[in-house]
Amino acid sequence: MAEDLFKLNIDGKDIEVPKSYTLMQACEEAGAEIPRFCYHERLSVAGNCRMCLVQWKGAPKPIASCAQTVGEMRMNPDGTPPNVVTTGDYVEKARNGVMEFLLINHPLDCPICDQGGECDLQDQAMAYGRSGSRYSLNKRAVENKNMGPLVKTIMTRCIQCTRCVRFAAEVAGVEELGMISRGEDAEITTYLEESLKSELSGNVIDLCPVGALTSKPYAYNARPWELRKTESIDVMDAMGAAIRVDAKGDAVMRIMPVLNEEVNEEWISDKSRFIWDGLARQRLDRPYIRENGKLRPASWKEALSHTAGLLEGPADKVGFLAGDLVEVEQVKAAHDLAKSLGVKSADCRPAGSTYGANGVREQYLLNPTLMGAEEADAVLLIGTNPRQEAAVWNARLRKAWLWNDLQVGLVGDPVDLTYDYTHLGDGPAALDGLLKQKNDFVKAFKAAKRPMVVVGEHALASEHGQDILNAAHQIALDAGAIKEDWAGFGVLHHAAGRVGALDVKFVPEEGGADTETMLSGGLDTLVLLGADEHDLSRLGDTKVVYVGHHGDAGAARADVILPCAAYTELDATFVNTEGRVQMTQKAVQPKGEAREGWAIFRALSDVVGKTLRYDSADELREILREDNEVFAGLGFAPGAAGHAALLEAPAKPQALDKARPFGAAVSDFYMTNPIARASKTMAECSLMKRGLETPVAAE
Amino acid sequence: MLQDKDRIFTNLYGLHSPDLEEAKKRGAWYLTREMLQQTPEWICDQIKASGLRGRGGAGFPTGLKWTFMPKEVRDRPHYLVVNADESEPGTCKDREIMRHDPHLFIEGCMVASYAMRAHACYIYVRGEYIAEREAMEKAIKEAYEARLIGKDNVNGWDFDVYMHHGAGAYICGEETALLESLEGKKGQPRLKPPFPANAGLYGCPTTVNNVESIAVAPTILRRGADWFAGFGRPNNTGTKLFCVSGHVNKPCNVEEEMSITFRELIETHCGGIKGGWDNLKAVIPGGSSVPVVPADQILDAHMDFDTLRDLRSGLGTAAVIVMDKSTDMIQAIARISYFYKHESCGQCTPCREGTGWMWRVLERMAKGEAEMNEIDLLLDVAGQVEGHTICALGDAAAWPVQGLIRHFRHEIEDRITKYRAPHTQVRGSVVAAE
Repeated sequence: MAEDLFKLNIDGKDIEVPKSYTLMQACEEAGAEIPRFCYHERLSVAGNCRMCLVQWKGAPKPIASCAQTVGEMRMNPDGTPPNVVTTGDYVEKARNGVMEFLLINHPLDCPICDQGGECDLQDQAMAYGRSGSRYSLNKRAVENKNMGPLVKTIMTRCIQCTRCVRFAAEVAGVEELGMISRGEDAEITTYLEESLKSELSGNVIDLCPVGALTSKPYAYNARPWELRKTESIDVMDAMGAAIRVDAKGDAVMRIMPVLNEEVNEEWISDKSRFIWDGLARQRLDRPYIRENGKLRPASWKEALSHTAGLLEGPADKVGFLAGDLVEVEQVKAAHDLAKSLGVKSADCRPAGSTYGANGVREQYLLNPTLMGAEEADAVLLIGTNPRQEAAVWNARLRKAWLWNDLQVGLVGDPVDLTYDYTHLGDGPAALDGLLKQKNDFVKAFKAAKRPMVVVGEHALASEHGQDILNAAHQIALDAGAIKEDWAGFGVLHHAAGRVGALDVKFVPEEGGADTETMLSGGLDTLVLLGADEHDLSRLGDTKVVYVGHHGDAGAARADVILPCAAYTELDATFVNTEGRVQMTQKAVQPKGEAREGWAIFRALSDVVGKTLRYDSADELREILREDNEVFAGLGFAPGAAGHAALLEAPAKPQALDKARPFGAAVSDFYMTNPIARASKTMAECSLMKRGLETPVAAE
Repeated sequence: MLQDKDRIFTNLYGLHSPDLEEAKKRGAWYLTREMLQQTPEWICDQIKASGLRGRGGAGFPTGLKWTFMPKEVRDRPHYLVVNADESEPGTCKDREIMRHDPHLFIEGCMVASYAMRAHACYIYVRGEYIAEREAMEKAIKEAYEARLIGKDNVNGWDFDVYMHHGAGAYICGEETALLESLEGKKGQPRLKPPFPANAGLYGCPTTVNNVESIAVAPTILRRGADWFAGFGRPNNTGTKLFCVSGHVNKPCNVEEEMSITFRELIETHCGGIKGGWDNLKAVIPGGSSVPVVPADQILDAHMDFDTLRDLRSGLGTAAVIVMDKSTDMIQAIARISYFYKHESCGQCTPCREGTGWMWRVLERMAKGEAEMNEIDLLLDVAGQVEGHTICALGDAAAWPVQGLIRHFRHEIEDRITKYRAPHTQVRGSVVAAE
């Protein structure tokens, strides 16, 4: 709309921008570069660094462009659009001055600073700083603060931009960071120097424009310019956050977030960020065979023929079980092998689950999409704790709650989600007649234009899972959540491999056994594809083949171990909880003799004499696309496109009152998968979370 | 010289009781009901016509400020906030009003609130002002009991007054920092825009006024805008409380006509300069944050906003700090600089880093230890602070330094030269003695 635009003259260039723009945005629109420290587009405006000063002709002082809304600017006295100048002596002098002030108390320790090479202050000092210092007095020193096992502090370097404080308060929703004291004694600190109780605390490291907050596990490990940077996908939860894997030689040195507006904005959870040391520990780097109760190293040839022997028995006595982190290619190859062997027992779901068997994709996807949280006006969470299961999405829910007045209702454990919600009940029983409850949430939910029902996958992993799913679906239909442009019903998964495996239809065929049955013994051979989250104690005499990358529960029980590559070590397809098909990229080589998962099953198929029809991952993906067209489109979530499949009313849910309470899907956020359990950093976080803080070594 | 009949604050020295009965005898709460029967616009027009300019330091026309409030109360209530956080060094006028003439002040709050369609007024009183707070609370209680204020009061405008005690931070005298503090947050200035008249206390339309600006309002309305406008020179009208301190024979608080000359002010009320007029060195005419003015320029200057602005200083709060020739100017400004370093809130860069730098250099200059080129450096640093900060405190910290170098550069140079000349020898002899 034309009346919402505002005309400006920036550096002699006439432009028109929306009135809601800040002057900084307008300047960038006009192609001018504005330096800044405190301003961050996802945080509130603080206007305190004063680096973004520009000249507004006619104003008595330079203007902080980050804090000036364009729509509030006055026209020139002659009615022409305001003139703004972003270069020249006047502006340069102002910025020079601010830069000098920032530097007088900033230590000159760039050579030993981990931020060196990717430091905003360093970069901008090159552009706006003086060549030498005019400040000959003593510099200020600030005591370092303990912020837990993840964030290392060198507070003398702090320039008090308060980005971290605003992040903690606004995005993470934990008001535990703040600025105390005043004037030059002002310091950033956590409340009583306790570590941040947030799953997103690592993001303050990226936000910090200087080296005051750096990564503790990464400290002094590498310099940014030595690192090989590979953009990839995170697998710590089912969101599939965009990440960048920074590696040096064969080691992953750190993991950083990459912007993906639709998935993770620019945040990642602490688990995604600090998992990397787990990639170097407890690795399965060669095949093993159990002999006389002990695992002994073996050659691939030996291990494969041994495995082939185990698979020779009757097909109904063989089962395949896929775990949480398994990529689509591996699942596909395993599935094809199983089918060629006539094996009907294959499953990828947690024990007790029955959902997804009918192959209707919309019934196990998060159809409203992650970004949909910002369009929704009311969200009903059923049996899920997004703070633990999809921490970054939880921040988006919080954002919507904070700015869009999103109403949230929860059926499940009444946990702290960092935003207010209406607690509607603990267990499935509450779903019966939920919309008849008399409270503000239900009222808002029924009146909502875009209501959203989200069921946690964990809630479905029980004998009444299908009933719970049906009940939730019915609630969505009753609230009018399913329409042409809005599919307000979905499942929130917490395992990265699940949706991909379901899309490959890695579920028992007619007459096959599901996870629960396979785990209760009776099989001759069970092939575990990185399946470590199951109770393997009831397997009895079943022989176990473990294909995976970490020595965890599965490997401990295995009779044969076939080592495969982890998610940073191959190009692999993952499908996130929205049904978004994404690919990781190989950042480092697989460890030792480990091979890519699909290749193991391809090799195995050769040994059992049922050779699979692809010789490369690309050929495999070609077939994958032929078999299921969802794999043809990368990087997009179907969203409301699938609403038609949800229009039909589900079967009437039975016996909801007999179902067990939902409980928690994730008992320990930092320990949800074998990589995390191998990580020392995650172990420290877990200890801290449980209040068993390890003594911090004096630095 | 202002005649006694024209004084607004007739109990400035506490010679009479501040109680309601006595205050009423002195004229407070007279015709208040009738004032409130006029339209709010009428009140604003009267205040505008009187030429009253804000008494807190900036001198913004008070009547105009009141008209910035929305004309109708919509979804958000309006608030009047009175800034009684009188912390500017040298200033001691508001405390006398609160101690001795509280009813004039409370009446002013009511009239101003009505003019801005506010039903609630918050008075933010400085942390150190214990007695003042108690005096105010007593007076407010009296007013409530007499049903002068409160719900269904005799004046016909529902009105509540709340006292809020600050914790003693200078920065909380800045209007937006005051609002933050009042809301229970850390006292740090907000970004402007939005201005308080749009989004102030709790995001509602708010006007923040100085105690004196508010307290004179009812008397202006009672006696007429013309009467008030009859004092002083155009654009600088009315009566004003001057707080004279320093090297005068009788330091005092006095209500005087605006635009009185400095000489007359000191001669009439303060018994002259210590050691005679020839002994005058310099004057800080408006509280510690305005630049110093040397004796020859101030002597016959009118004490008003425009004259002092032309002297590159300011009337500020009219806290006149007089300094005779015994004063060490550099040390004096260094002390002021320390104050600003101590009171900087630390939010924005130039003030946080610049105030400490300026103070440290000034301390060395006061001893003479500094380098000659540091004088220009200091001036440069002051220029880098001025106008680059969120609030006016950056300016307040820079101006005294700029004033010092503008008028007393020679003293700094002499100090440095003197320090250097004998110092090398002394240092040599000390070493030799060991």
